Amino acid sequence: MTEFAQSLQALRPQLLRFARAQLRNEAWAEDAVSETVLAALAKPQAFAGQSQLKTWLIGILKHKLIDQIRRNSREVSVTTGEDDEDIDGQLFDSSGAWRDNPAEWGDPEAACGRREFFEVLEVCVDKLPGVQGRVFMMREWLELDSGEICKELGITATNLWVLLHRARLRLQMCLQERWFGTGAVRAVAR
Amino acid sequence: MKFLQRNCRQVTELVLAGEDRRLGLVERWAVRAHLKVCGACPAFNRQVALMRQALPRWRAYRESQE
Repeated sequence: MTEFAQSLQALRPQLLRFARAQLRNEAWAEDAVSETVLAALAKPQAFAGQSQLKTWLIGILKHKLIDQIRRNSREVSVTTGEDDEDIDGQLFDSSGAWRDNPAEWGDPEAACGRREFFEVLEVCVDKLPGVQGRVFMMREWLELDSGEICKELGITATNLWVLLHRARLRLQMCLQERWFGTGAVRAVAR
Repeated sequence: MKFLQRNCRQVTELVLAGEDRRLGLVERWAVRAHLKVCGACPAFNRQVALMRQALPRWRAYRESQE
């Protein structure tokens, strides 16, 4: 194996983690990563002059992930019971008022300055139900706009907004439970 | 000004929608009017703002992971 091929293989586990987080399907993730490695092997000269191999590979992977989503678009957008759960009903009473008032999270810099905060955020994203997780990752990691996501998944804009709305609410609930509502925040301030 | 009246659930929906689409003029007015008088939603609005700051850094964090 060439040195280049060896460095590609070494990065494979990391690429697979990204692919799983986006696709939430083992077989599709394996395919996307294999296609990424093959594409990289086919034109190593494209890497010449780039600063970081990993950054370059992630760029290729993102395209392969979108290919996988397109190829499997029908299955990708089949919601589970968890996706369909009425999160708003848990947070608001029948008059539309908060059951429990949202908490103050304090200075954004205090949270964003902490590596552990992002570890918790990552866990919360991983815990999102299947379709919510996929669309959230498409929006916030692949950085696609709403129109592109709807086109790739063949869903309506209204559908997408409901999914993203629930995903964002779930993330905030998860962060409240696992970060802002715990002693972690105060422990740092001390 | 009844056409601007929204409850917390509706305002929360608009605040979150603002992350993924551009709100209309009436929607923005309704949110602003509600936030001025509500004792609960401004905190939620600040949570959303914190998330908006955190997510680009989360992207950088995860791609720098070993």
